Amino acid sequence: MILRLGKDRPPVALVAPAALATVFLALPLVGLVARAPWRDLGDQLTSPEVASALRLSLLAATMSTVVSLLLGVPLAWVLARLRFPGRGVVRALVMLPLVLPPVVGGVALLLVLGRRGLVGQWLDGWLGMSLPFTTAGVVVAETFVAMPFLVISVEGALRAADRRFEDVAATLGASRWVAFRRVTLPLVGPGVVAGAVLCWARALGEFGATITFAGNLPGRTQTMPLAVYIALESDPEAAVVLSLLLVAVSVVILVGLRERWIGAV
Amino acid sequence: MSLDAAIHVKRGHFALDVALQIAAGEVVVLLGPNGAGKTTVLHALAGLVLADAARVELDGEVLEDTAERVRVPTERRPVGLVFQDYLLFPHLSALDNVAFGMRCRGRSRTAAREQAKQWLQRVGLADRAEARPATLSGGQAQRVALARALAVEPRLLLLDEPLAALDAGTRVAVRSDLTRHLAGYGGCALAVTHDPLDAMVLADRLIVIEAGSVVQEGRPQDVARHPRTDYVARLVGLNLFRGTARGHEVALAGDAGSAVVPTATHGDVFVAFPPAAVTVHRSRPEGSARNVWPGRIAGLELHGDLVRVEVAGPPTVLADVTPAAVADLGLDPGGAVWVAVKATEVACYPA
Amino acid sequence: MKPLLAVILAVALLSGCGGESSEAATSGAVTVFAAASLTEAFTEIATAFEAAHPGAKVTFNFGPSSGLAEQIVQGAPADVFAAANTSTMDKVVAAGLSDGAAEVFVRNYLEIAVPAGNLAGISGLADFAKPDLKLALCAEQVPCGAAAKKAFAAAGVRPQPDTLEQDVKAVLSKVSLGEVDAGIVYHTDVQAAGGRVAGIEFPEAEQAVNDYPMVVLKTAPNAAIARAFVAYVRGAEGARVLTEAGFARP
Repeated sequence: MILRLGKDRPPVALVAPAALATVFLALPLVGLVARAPWRDLGDQLTSPEVASALRLSLLAATMSTVVSLLLGVPLAWVLARLRFPGRGVVRALVMLPLVLPPVVGGVALLLVLGRRGLVGQWLDGWLGMSLPFTTAGVVVAETFVAMPFLVISVEGALRAADRRFEDVAATLGASRWVAFRRVTLPLVGPGVVAGAVLCWARALGEFGATITFAGNLPGRTQTMPLAVYIALESDPEAAVVLSLLLVAVSVVILVGLRERWIGAV
Repeated sequence: MSLDAAIHVKRGHFALDVALQIAAGEVVVLLGPNGAGKTTVLHALAGLVLADAARVELDGEVLEDTAERVRVPTERRPVGLVFQDYLLFPHLSALDNVAFGMRCRGRSRTAAREQAKQWLQRVGLADRAEARPATLSGGQAQRVALARALAVEPRLLLLDEPLAALDAGTRVAVRSDLTRHLAGYGGCALAVTHDPLDAMVLADRLIVIEAGSVVQEGRPQDVARHPRTDYVARLVGLNLFRGTARGHEVALAGDAGSAVVPTATHGDVFVAFPPAAVTVHRSRPEGSARNVWPGRIAGLELHGDLVRVEVAGPPTVLADVTPAAVADLGLDPGGAVWVAVKATEVACYPA
Repeated sequence: MKPLLAVILAVALLSGCGGESSEAATSGAVTVFAAASLTEAFTEIATAFEAAHPGAKVTFNFGPSSGLAEQIVQGAPADVFAAANTSTMDKVVAAGLSDGAAEVFVRNYLEIAVPAGNLAGISGLADFAKPDLKLALCAEQVPCGAAAKKAFAAAGVRPQPDTLEQDVKAVLSKVSLGEVDAGIVYHTDVQAAGGRVAGIEFPEAEQAVNDYPMVVLKTAPNAAIARAFVAYVRGAEGARVLTEAGFARP
C-alpha cells in the first residue's frame, strides 16, 4: 500500500504548532469550566449586581464601538489616502494605546479629562460636565484602548482596496464624499466589520483604564472585568462564575457575528 | 458638438504629446503599442490624470486649460469612460451599476433603475439585471460597462481597450455590437486599442501613436494601405521599406538591394507590399516577377490558415504561404530560398 | 500587574538561591506580602534591615490584604504575610499555612482624606452622605472598606460613594489628584501623602480600628531569615519607623 504524502496531507510543520496554539488558547476556558461551582451557579448568576455589571459591560462596549466607528473610519481613510506632513506621527499616535499599559492610559486620561485635568477643568467649570465616575467615562476609557484596533483594520482594508473603483465613480459624476459612501465603504465593509468586532471585544475586556479613569461603582461604572477583580478579593468562586459568564456571552456574540457578517470562508 | 484637445504629459523619460479633434458622432480610434501613452490620453481627457500642459474644449466648454488655470474636476465633466477590465462595482447588481451615475446626479432610485433597465434592454441584457458582476461573462460585463457609461449621457465617450479582455470568439460578436452602439451614439467617441483589426473595424478615423507622439492619422483603410512606420506595417503584415526612387527603381535603404515599382517616382519613398503577394521558391524563379531576392529562412509562423515565412535577404521579407507549400518545398529555418514579388503588387509613395 | 511581577521576581530569586543552605541565619532572600498601607513603612524598614544584615534581601508584594491572602492560599511563594486586618489573616491561618500564631504588631486608624485646600469644606463622616460631592471609598471586600463600613454604621450615615476602589492606595491617589472631594483612607496614608492631601480625623474611627497581624508562613524556604525580619519589625527600629508613619501601638 502506498501512503499518499505531500499534497494530500496537510503539512505537519504547520498543523502541529497550530494545534499547540489552540490548546494554549483554550487553557483558561478549560480551567474556568473545571473549577466552576456548578451547584451554586444559579444563585450567583441571578444576583442583581451580576445583571447590572453585564448590562453595563455590553452597553459600554457597544457605545465605544460606535464612537470608534464614527471617529476611526475617517481617521483610517485619512491615513490610507492622504499624504500630509506628520502622517508618521499620527500613525504612531494611533498605535500608542496599543503599547501603553492600560492603567497608564487611565492615568493619562485623568490628567487631561479629570476634574482638575487640562481640558477637564474647563468642562467642569463651564459645562458642569464631569467624565470620571460616570458611564460616559467608561466609554471614553474603553474607546481610548479599543479604537486603534478599528483604525488599523480599516486602514489595511482601504490600502488593499482597488482605488480604480473610485475613479470609475468619479467619471460617473460622484463627488469624493459620495464615492466614499457608496463605493469605497461597501468595498471595505468586511474590513470595517472585522475591525469593529475586534474593537468591541477589546472594549468589553478593558480593565485598567476603566478602573483608573472611571472608578468602580456597581450600576454606573462597574463593568464585568471590574466585578471579577473585586470578587477575586473575597470570593474566588464568584469570580469564576462571573468570568465564565463574560466568556460565554462574548463567545456567543463573536461566533454569531462572524458567521453572518464577516462571511463564511 | 466637438472635442478639441491637446495633451502634454511628462513622466520621467516618457513624454506624451497628443493633439486631436473629434467631430460629433465621429468615432476616432487611437492605435498604438502598449506603453505608447494611449490610456494616459484617455485619463487626461477624463481628468483622472494631471497633465503638465493641457487644453481640453468640449462643445465650446473649456474643461481644462493649464495656461488659464482652469480645471473642471472629473465628476463634473460630461465624459463617460469604459475602463479596461470594465471595473463594474462588485457589490452592486448590473442594474444598480448602470443606475449609479444617474443616482449620483440626483435622480430618485426608482427613476434611475427604470432608466437603467431600458439601457440594459438596449444592450440585450435585460434578463441579467439583478446579476452580480462576478457572475457575468466577459462579453456581458463589457456591455454593462458600456451601458453604465452611456446612461449618464456623456458628450464624450472614452473606451479603453474595449475588446482586449475578451476571448477571440466573443470578440467578433462584441465588435460588431459595439460598432452598432457607437453608430447610434451622438457625441464624440474616442477608443484606444493596440489591436489593428479592432481599430480598422471601429474607427471612422484612425490616429496612430507611438512613444508618446502621433505618427499617422487618417481613415483606417488609408493608413493600412500606406503605413508610415514599421509598427503599423508589421501589425497589418505589410512589408515596408524606405528607399530612394529613381524612376521605376528604388534603392532600398541600408543596402538592402533594390525594388522595381510600377509608378515612376523620385526622391525618398516608402515601398510596401503585402505578404500575400510574395512567392517563395527553392531556386531562382524565372517569370514575370520583377522583384526577386535570395535569402535564408529566418522564421516560420502560423497565421490562421497561412504560414508567414520571414526571409532574411537583405531585404527582410515576409511571405504568406500555405502549410502544404511549406511541406512540399521542405521549408525549414536556415534553408536557402528565393522570394519574388510582382512590381504591380508593390505600392510606392513619398515618405 | 505589580503583584504578578513581584511573584515572578520572587520565584526567580528563590530559584536562584534554591538548594543553597545558608551558613549565617541572617542572609538570604525573604519575600514579604504586605498590605498596601504598609508600603512606605516596610520599604524603609527593609532598607535598614538589609543594612543590618548583609547578605539579606527583602522583596515585597504590596497589595490589598484580601487579594494577597487569596494568592497565598492559592500557593504563591511568600515567606511573611502582614495583613491590614485580622479577618484576612484568618483565611491564611485557616488554610493551615501559618507557622505559629499571627501576632498583631500595629493598629491603623481610619481618617478622612481631602485634597490640599479642602475646597469642598469637608468636616466629617456626615458629608459622605451628600450626593453632589465626589467621594471615594475602598470596596468593602478589602480591609479598609470593611472598616469604613463599620464606622459608617456606628455614625449612622449612609455614604454615597462615586467609586469603590480595589485598594486604599487607589483611593488616596484619586484624592491627591483632586478627582474626588474626599475619601476614607488610613491615617498612615494621609501622612505618607504629605502636602498633597489633608487629613480629618473622626470619632467613629475608634470603633473601626484595623489590627495588623503578621506571621511567618510555613512554606518559607528560609524560615530563619523570615523570622529575623519579623523580629526586626517588632523591634525598636521597626517600631520607630512604624510610629513615625502614623501607625498606633497595638
